[in-house]
Amino acid sequence: MSEAQESGSEPILEVRDLTVHHGQLRALDHISLRVFPGEVYAIIGANGAGKSTLLRTIAGLNQPTEGTIRYDGKDVTRIRPERRATSGIAMVPEGRRLFGSLTVEENLQVGATYARTGPWTIERVYELFSWMKDRRAQRTEQLSGGEQQAVAIGRALVANPRVLLLDELSLGLAPVVVQRIYGMLPQILASGLTVLLVEQDVSQALRVASHLQCLLEGRTTLEGKPSDVTPEEVEAAYFGLRTAPAGEGSEEP
Amino acid sequence: MVWVNDIIQGILIGGLYALFACGLSLMFGVMKVVNLAHGDLAIVGGYVAVGVITVTHIPVLWSFVIVVPLMAVLGYVLQRTVIQAALDRSILTTLLVTFGLSVVIENGLLEFFSANSHSLGVNNAIITSSFSIGSQITIAYLLLLIFVVAVVVLLGLQYFLYRSRYGRLIRAVADDQEAAQLSGIDYRHVFGIAAAIAFGTVALGGIAYGMYSQFAPTTGTDTILLFAFAAVVIGGLGSLWGTLLGGVILGVSQAIGAQISGSDEFLAGYIVFLAVLVLRPQGLIARRAQS
Repeated sequence: MSEAQESGSEPILEVRDLTVHHGQLRALDHISLRVFPGEVYAIIGANGAGKSTLLRTIAGLNQPTEGTIRYDGKDVTRIRPERRATSGIAMVPEGRRLFGSLTVEENLQVGATYARTGPWTIERVYELFSWMKDRRAQRTEQLSGGEQQAVAIGRALVANPRVLLLDELSLGLAPVVVQRIYGMLPQILASGLTVLLVEQDVSQALRVASHLQCLLEGRTTLEGKPSDVTPEEVEAAYFGLRTAPAGEGSEEP
Repeated sequence: MVWVNDIIQGILIGGLYALFACGLSLMFGVMKVVNLAHGDLAIVGGYVAVGVITVTHIPVLWSFVIVVPLMAVLGYVLQRTVIQAALDRSILTTLLVTFGLSVVIENGLLEFFSANSHSLGVNNAIITSSFSIGSQITIAYLLLLIFVVAVVVLLGLQYFLYRSRYGRLIRAVADDQEAAQLSGIDYRHVFGIAAAIAFGTVALGGIAYGMYSQFAPTTGTDTILLFAFAAVVIGGLGSLWGTLLGGVILGVSQAIGAQISGSDEFLAGYIVFLAVLVLRPQGLIARRAQS
């Protein structure tokens, strides 16, 4: 599969010239990206760069003022978020957003209600996070931040998505916990998922990503494979320093 | 002994108030809609029962079999159209819209049924008879029946919300609409189901009220809505069994007030309502702080 994506297979997710406004503020300014099956595509950038807005718009929670989103070859720009979810785009939202009054198991059951068929079941999530089964009857309010993040990932996985959107997994978590959660990524990817993630923690993103895109104030400032960019370029793109070479269109066709 | 009788009557009438209140509480808990037309909908349920009985000659006690599903469908449709349109603008708009609904319903009923009072089942022995315990305590079969129905409805609601798939979705949507959407749930449909339940339960309350007393087009706002609000606030917003507790406390305070002086009946109820609002604004059975 990884060979096929190099030789110009169809992108599973394609965003073209996406512009999103929050009232008067332009949060995203003509952003484009193409995510191929099996990739881990990382969007990095500082606070307020528009990363979360980008993911929310792809999931359908925000409406773009311009541009298109294509998923699996079909235009989904005007499709409601719940329909996008059932067609295979799942998102782990920023701040986890669990159903706080529900138990761990109920959260997973809600995630599985309109699931596609696929390898992920609630049992399989319990295998991935071994502590979870014993605490499945607890309300998620009573869990630690890292545990909540795991439940949020599980809730997205049981829907058996084809594209998994991860919004700031590291937010508010201790570095050790972040390491552990990102350590799970290979097992998740092995089930054939494509991941588009947003991350403020650049080193973490560089470690897992197969493709990198840096946003600054709603625009793309750098794009490429992690192996092709230097730390200096990333730093410049992240903070908006002068030396940043424009990454626009420098990708192979 | 007089007091014991009063308290028993108050407890039993609390069942009726719980039937009024549980739908109001559910709609607020799930979609944050304060339905100001809630009382009128109970009365609509009563009038629909009058119509259904006239047309089909179904026994009064069984009229709910037709009325409740009809009202539930009305609830789903109103929620998906008028109320959802208001929700899409702002929570505040729902207040205006449900107030408008209330005015429209009242005037529609006046136009159609006149201002005369109606009641249900005056010739039915079960509805009008009672039994005595000792010399001082008299219990109407109807009140006992209404109380049992209220408990059954609350048990059923609890089972539905905590044991069924749709109940789980309703609780999830109440917690976080966006997160529910990300799990593929159309919250508008879930809202519709919650409204259907609310309309169904309040219609049951309306039928019960029609048997217990008599109703006119304005009874919905000047009596039922106020009692429902009081029961919800006393019991605690969003708490299912709180509505029964609130209803019972309201009923008992009214009964005791009436015993002190006939004109103090409702005053006593509202004093307790205000006291709870001041001393324990979250209600006696407080739900989690978050919602």
